[in-house]
Amino acid sequence: MDFLTTLQVLDSAIRLATPLLLACLAGLFSERAGILDIGLEGKMLAAAFFSAATASITGDVWLGLGAGIVASMALSLVHGLASITFRGNQLISGVAINFLAAGLTVLIAQAWFSQGGRTPSLIGTGRFEPLTLPGAEMLTGIPLVGPIYSELISGHSILVYVAFLMVPLTWWLLFRTRFGLRLRAVGEAPEAVDTAGVSVVGVRYVAVCICGILCGLAGAYLATALQAGFVKDMTAGRGFIALAALIFAKWRPWHALYACLLFGLLQAVALRYQNIDLGAFVVPVQFMDALPYILTVVILAGFVGKAIPPRAGGQPYVKES
Amino acid sequence: MTLMTKLCSAAATLALTAGAAVAEPALIYDLGGKFDKSFNEAAFNGAERWAEETGGSYRDIELQSEAQREQALRRFAEAGANPIVTTGFAIASILGDVAPDYPDTKFVNIDGFLQDIPENVQMISFQEHQGSYLVGMMAAMASETGTVGFIGGMDVPLIRHFGCGYAQGAKSVDPDTEVIANMTGTTPTAWNDPVKGSELARAQISQGADVIYAAAGGTGVGVLQTAADEDILSIGVDSNQNHLHPGKVLTSMLKRVDVAVYNAMEAGEDLETGSSTVLGLAENGVGVAMDENNEQLVSEEMMTAVEAARQEIIDGDLDVVSYYANDSCPAISF
Repeated sequence: MDFLTTLQVLDSAIRLATPLLLACLAGLFSERAGILDIGLEGKMLAAAFFSAATASITGDVWLGLGAGIVASMALSLVHGLASITFRGNQLISGVAINFLAAGLTVLIAQAWFSQGGRTPSLIGTGRFEPLTLPGAEMLTGIPLVGPIYSELISGHSILVYVAFLMVPLTWWLLFRTRFGLRLRAVGEAPEAVDTAGVSVVGVRYVAVCICGILCGLAGAYLATALQAGFVKDMTAGRGFIALAALIFAKWRPWHALYACLLFGLLQAVALRYQNIDLGAFVVPVQFMDALPYILTVVILAGFVGKAIPPRAGGQPYVKES
Repeated sequence: MTLMTKLCSAAATLALTAGAAVAEPALIYDLGGKFDKSFNEAAFNGAERWAEETGGSYRDIELQSEAQREQALRRFAEAGANPIVTTGFAIASILGDVAPDYPDTKFVNIDGFLQDIPENVQMISFQEHQGSYLVGMMAAMASETGTVGFIGGMDVPLIRHFGCGYAQGAKSVDPDTEVIANMTGTTPTAWNDPVKGSELARAQISQGADVIYAAAGGTGVGVLQTAADEDILSIGVDSNQNHLHPGKVLTSMLKRVDVAVYNAMEAGEDLETGSSTVLGLAENGVGVAMDENNEQLVSEEMMTAVEAARQEIIDGDLDVVSYYANDSCPAISF
């Protein structure tokens, strides 16, 4: 594999990892606060549709992004209402959101655009264009550093950079601020937070809303940056891979970045080399596709350190009277 | 005759006429969905054309999961729909099991294969490799790098059949033409993953491909989009997709699913069943799409070569090897 090919594969890995990373961080906020969220897929899908629909009607991708975030947050609030306020089963609520999004997006798309559950193709300002970072043109001539900068780092849509910036931001927010401490405490020992006079319900709602915003970014990235429009079921299971990445990362932001990059890289390699010939045997492409899930099962089985979820995850908080 | 029997016979007559009135055709789409801008949409267009021309009405259903296939078939059959047209290879084996239970209903399947065709089933297949051969020739002639790409949807023999014809066509122009072939996946989600389609297209472009043929349902939307973004040519499939990106889609390999559906509905209850029908170049079942969106892209020379090859295939002078013949392709390995 020569240098340029490596760069292209890594470039593709970054594009594929971005939606995973955003969704993974979204799940991280929610699950750290004790709200399991398997509705990431549905929220991304809803965001993808509403961002593409708004962008195609208004011709402004930023309005589209806003609409995507609003749609995703609305579903987040439904999840919050069901699992925080009404203390329902969080898994069931998440599954319901996935189905709701899968059906609603196609239905509304058909009603609005009559193109069979898809939006018209976005053109011009209706899409996030790749950004060329300052100096990228100039540096291309320099060996090694030049191509890495201009090919790999520059030339992505703005949401990619936002996604990568979210990692240190998440880390800082969770581990260096008072809010972060409370959020983590709510996921581990909500009764302690309640004793300290902080509203468990309030903190959990905030966490769920942050989750909605990040899923909104992920969905908008799929529909308005990677693609030029919405197609039914276009998330194609990425929300579930993000959940796998979250477990793989053991609910830690930096590790989430590594896990998503690894999963993105696995996909990129699988796309570039269908069957990898290792001389002695051939690795089929199906194995590469399944690898993220296999790795997650290995982690869950406790072979590579134990993955311990937040202790209060999945349990609605009932105030003692 | 007592009042009771009168009433009974009246009710029976009413029931019979009602039964006859609802004998409208039904159409079951495959998992790609009714509006995939491709295979299933072609079926829908055929049914719409029939409804418009005859003033008749038909029933249709979009499947959401594998498990619904049998359910949908039985529902339509029990509701008295006739004939029931199904699209996609995946439903064929289920059709083979279900059809004998409803001997008075006629079934049609497009794209599938059954070893023993039941009395009331007609299997329609297309010579996709012939049409793909022609677009393969055009791809190789339009390519400047000498490398052309093929992106399939789900990795099944049918899609390899497309790819095989394409590769043979490309290599017939210049034996040195390199054909890169990729499949999107091995599950039905592979028909609806435009993001993966885009990445595959980018990977092929970086390997030098400058014309890419997408036979991938909804995934193809992503392939065509990326090809247009990266300023290379793409080739659509099944329906005429030239209009999706005018001036960027070299042509589309037409598979006249619409004609097959139209004919089946037109024949209605007189449909000939118990056999298989093969539609190829000679029957205009497959072909190359030409319209105002791609006329700038297709040269005189290309048209002449394609027309000549088409005639040779019809006359039997040129044999395009089918992937099905021995489950392998002489021009490319998948």
